[in-house]
Amino acid sequence: MTVVTTDLDAAVSDAAAHLYVWALKDIPQDLRDALGAAAGRETSVTGQRVLQTILKNVTVAEDEKNLVCQDTGIAVYYCKVGEHFPLHPARIYAALKEGTERATVEHPLRSNTVHTLTRENTGPNVGYRVPIVHWDFVPDWDGLDVKCVPKGSGSENMSFLKMCVPADGVTGIKKFVLESIVGAGGKPCPPGIVGVGIGGSADYAMHLAKEAIARPVGTHNQDPLVAELEQDLFQLLNETGVGPMGLGGDVTVLSVHVEHADTHMTLNPVAVNYQCWAARRASAHVAADGTTSFERDA
Amino acid sequence: MATHEVTFPVTDPAEILKLRAGDEVTVQGHIIGIRDRTQIRIFDQGVEPPMDLSGAFLLHTAPNVRKLGTDSEGRGKYEKLCIGTTTSARMVRFTEGLGSQYGVRAICGKGGFPDEAIEPMQRLGMVYFAIVGGAAALETTQIEEIEEVAWEELMPECLWKFRVKDFGPLTVGIDAHGNSLYREVQDRAKKKLEEIYARL
Repeated sequence: MTVVTTDLDAAVSDAAAHLYVWALKDIPQDLRDALGAAAGRETSVTGQRVLQTILKNVTVAEDEKNLVCQDTGIAVYYCKVGEHFPLHPARIYAALKEGTERATVEHPLRSNTVHTLTRENTGPNVGYRVPIVHWDFVPDWDGLDVKCVPKGSGSENMSFLKMCVPADGVTGIKKFVLESIVGAGGKPCPPGIVGVGIGGSADYAMHLAKEAIARPVGTHNQDPLVAELEQDLFQLLNETGVGPMGLGGDVTVLSVHVEHADTHMTLNPVAVNYQCWAARRASAHVAADGTTSFERDA
Repeated sequence: MATHEVTFPVTDPAEILKLRAGDEVTVQGHIIGIRDRTQIRIFDQGVEPPMDLSGAFLLHTAPNVRKLGTDSEGRGKYEKLCIGTTTSARMVRFTEGLGSQYGVRAICGKGGFPDEAIEPMQRLGMVYFAIVGGAAALETTQIEEIEEVAWEELMPECLWKFRVKDFGPLTVGIDAHGNSLYREVQDRAKKKLEEIYARL
């Protein structure tokens, strides 16, 4: 779908409003394929019951034009801003917030955002520092890519960070991911995508883990060493028998994505961020003239 | 593993005792939606719930709804949009009170209850039903109507009364005989981890 508008604020805000609802209703094809393949290899009765229900639910959401999951999440956007894109990031942020708010009121969607101490609702899925927006800046470009990843709390609550020491090595990384996912059990709605961030600093490792869950299933880290770690972890996690919804079975995870950064010689941070089976994401490209095209992964 | 159909609220405890961990269950009748803030109000703030919970099936939920209007007594009438189920583990500490003080017979949610729920569920004749988390579009089609809403000021964490038809498939996660699928899965997984660690 392509939309042309001359008002860039409106273009970005409309993009956000569309992306938020699209992501919630229509889960990506790579996920559908992975869930279908999972049902093909699951041998436990309860696991099969869960996977068949999941597949049926994806179809019902489509037929009824309903949300796949009731948890409309916390709104998270990833922006890649070209250095010549005519709208300043401060204005982009305001437009994303306005779009999130409008989608929530007009659909209507459940409002989840609360003050973190009083727990009082702060409005239509917006609040202080919400939506959460991550920024990347691209030289020699005049476009804007926006990816919307509404993050459900069941999976976000299953986030774990460990500052391993260098002597823990890769074994320490693997052990921490394994114990985190086994400990999470059925809570994050398995089978889903396990995002792992390694290296950098404590906060950056978690940021990388979050970025990792937003990658399509079937993609691999470009560094062969890291891609090998993804594959090892995928096999090991599926040996644990946690299974669909933690009720036991062969399929515990659909995919493991690792993102890495170089780090300090005495640091070895490992962060785990879980993404449920309804791994929702949707993207848009906004050109400098306001023309917007919607693609799953812009 | 057997399959069962149970209508709630139940009056005969045998309806619960016949269920075994792993069994598949479809539910008919009425179920009550409840969540964190609802239970904090009942148990931590000591406010009596304005709905009868005896023999009830509680669902851990906070639905997407549209308000249609208000009745003559000032109570809101709501239409369902998308109703799904939240993670149960956060609310495990209310299990004993729900059973002993209010006669609740079944709690349904996703992700399971930790082991501390096993003993009170056995003693009080209660079960935990596992629903498929995230499968809200399907769940919504199985809820026929929102019949009653109390504590609207806690929106969306109110006390909801839903009429359901063929609600499920649910899996008995914890039965009233001291069995928990979650404990079994965790015990096996922890043994497996030791094997894996030895190989790393």
